[in-house]
Amino acid sequence: MSSEDKIRKFILENYLFTDDQSELNNDDSFLDQGILDSTGILEIIFFIEDEFGIKIKDDEMVPENLDSVNRIVAFIERKQQE
Amino acid sequence: METERPQRLMHEGLFRSAKRNPDKLALVAEGEELTYAKLAGKAAGLAAYLQRQGLSRGDRCVIFMDNTLACAISIYAVLAAGAVFVVVNPQTKQDKLTYILNDCQARVLITDAHLHRVFLPAVEDSESVQQVICSGDLARLEGSGVVPFEDALLPADQMKVSGTIQKDLAALIYTSGSTGDPKGVMHTHLSMTFVLGSLIEYLRLSAQDRLLLMLPLAFDYGLYQLFMSVQLGATLVMERSFTYPAVIFQRIREYEVTVFPAVPTIYAMLVSMHHREPLCFPSVTRVTNTAAALPAGQIPALKEIFPNALIFKMYGLTECKRVSYLEPELIDLKPGSVGKAIPGTEVCILDEEGNPVAPGEVGILHVRGTHLMLGYWNAPELSARVLIDAHLPGEKLLRTGDWFTMDEDGDLYFKGRSDDIIKTRGEKVSPLEVENVVNTVQGVREVAVIGVEDETLGQAIKCFVVPEQGCDLSIRDVRKVCVEKLENFMVPKYIEIVASLPRTATGKISKKELS
Repeated sequence: MSSEDKIRKFILENYLFTDDQSELNNDDSFLDQGILDSTGILEIIFFIEDEFGIKIKDDEMVPENLDSVNRIVAFIERKQQE
Repeated sequence: METERPQRLMHEGLFRSAKRNPDKLALVAEGEELTYAKLAGKAAGLAAYLQRQGLSRGDRCVIFMDNTLACAISIYAVLAAGAVFVVVNPQTKQDKLTYILNDCQARVLITDAHLHRVFLPAVEDSESVQQVICSGDLARLEGSGVVPFEDALLPADQMKVSGTIQKDLAALIYTSGSTGDPKGVMHTHLSMTFVLGSLIEYLRLSAQDRLLLMLPLAFDYGLYQLFMSVQLGATLVMERSFTYPAVIFQRIREYEVTVFPAVPTIYAMLVSMHHREPLCFPSVTRVTNTAAALPAGQIPALKEIFPNALIFKMYGLTECKRVSYLEPELIDLKPGSVGKAIPGTEVCILDEEGNPVAPGEVGILHVRGTHLMLGYWNAPELSARVLIDAHLPGEKLLRTGDWFTMDEDGDLYFKGRSDDIIKTRGEKVSPLEVENVVNTVQGVREVAVIGVEDETLGQAIKCFVVPEQGCDLSIRDVRKVCVEKLENFMVPKYIEIVASLPRTATGKISKKELS
């Protein structure tokens, strides 16, 4: 499964409670769509760290890195190249 | 020689601060800055537009937006126009928004484009809304009749004096109650200006402060950060939420934030992050907490994170904004206390018959002062249960419904609620409201919702569901509908499908046996 698929699956299952792929666009802003809130973000961070074996620093917990599927995929790629 | 008039109305604070210090930074939101002159000008301009559109004194104007500059401008504009503002949490879904629009018979809705999936159908179902003003990217809303926010700003000098007096309503603040539908708490300019002065006094704030706002403006705790800051001529740094902590940390450092208001869930997150990577914010001199109890065990870590701050533990309810605060110097001496009545107010502890309890005994907290609400909008019977006759003729006492004790120094200790309202993430949740939503799920025969203790959330929401005979109901089916119809903090953390629910001798569901 690609990173994108894993992340989509996690969000659909845990925040949207559906397996209907059309309910989540890769560009949807989690903040704007109300998909995530402050307690949700820590869960995503733990998932990303566990699933992809990277460590996320406090100052990386910003919308640019985490606020959509596309952004998370790009962020993981960058971190894995470090 | 001109004598300065006393301030009577909420919005006068903005115009006075703008006159004193027009170029001072008033608000920052998502990197955009607004001076007092600009803020006052835009508020007056929107007020003029609303008046021109026929908004009259006392009309309700619902503001359905995130914590943006446009939201702050709108709140002051509605006040200046002589109308009543109603801020609704942007997480609110369609059914509840429709309910609120109809309950308060809103004339105008001010909102943001990204919320169109919720507000467009809600406005369709509303009988009273005559105009929708909308900020943000309106590309998808062409032809919908929505007025762009920028087009609703007339020249500031076209604003007319509204004739409002202190006794007039300033705001309706909707809050969850045991009845299942939210109720609009009515606050006048009098109760609001009074409590604003009391808060500023005990928090020891000044024009030099930089306040952080990351709590929703729909919540009075968030709203008053805006009011306190503007009243003083201080600076308010606004963020939509605590969702991306790094953004908040950056803002605190960039603007040297001095006042950090939050709720226990946020403090719990801060403490866990601090244990991963140490955090330190030396500019913060005031840390405040309310909505739920801040565990004494977190105080040492918070003192490391905020080494120069006074920590204020407070208690209040929307019905009077705030009740008490503990002098920060006592934080280690009185770990479980929420302190004494805020300046200019009084409290007393009475039993269920309304008689004073013996010192140290548990009773129901009652509050006396000018900060009390006028009542619940359109709900006189409910209001009469909570605002009871006080000693002086015509005066009302607020019955909080919370159990408290008081020590020999007069400091208060919260002992529990007398109703079944759940407090989760610092937010009030009515079990009935959640049950009503779960009952709409296909295949649900019966439901019971309770609160269970939770380390991070305070209380978590647990839902027991009995399916219709032969129905294959899944937890996911239930959760999906909850996410669609309820605000995030109202979605049950635990859902259990059960064969039946325990009942009392009279056949009612026994929630006691469920917990």
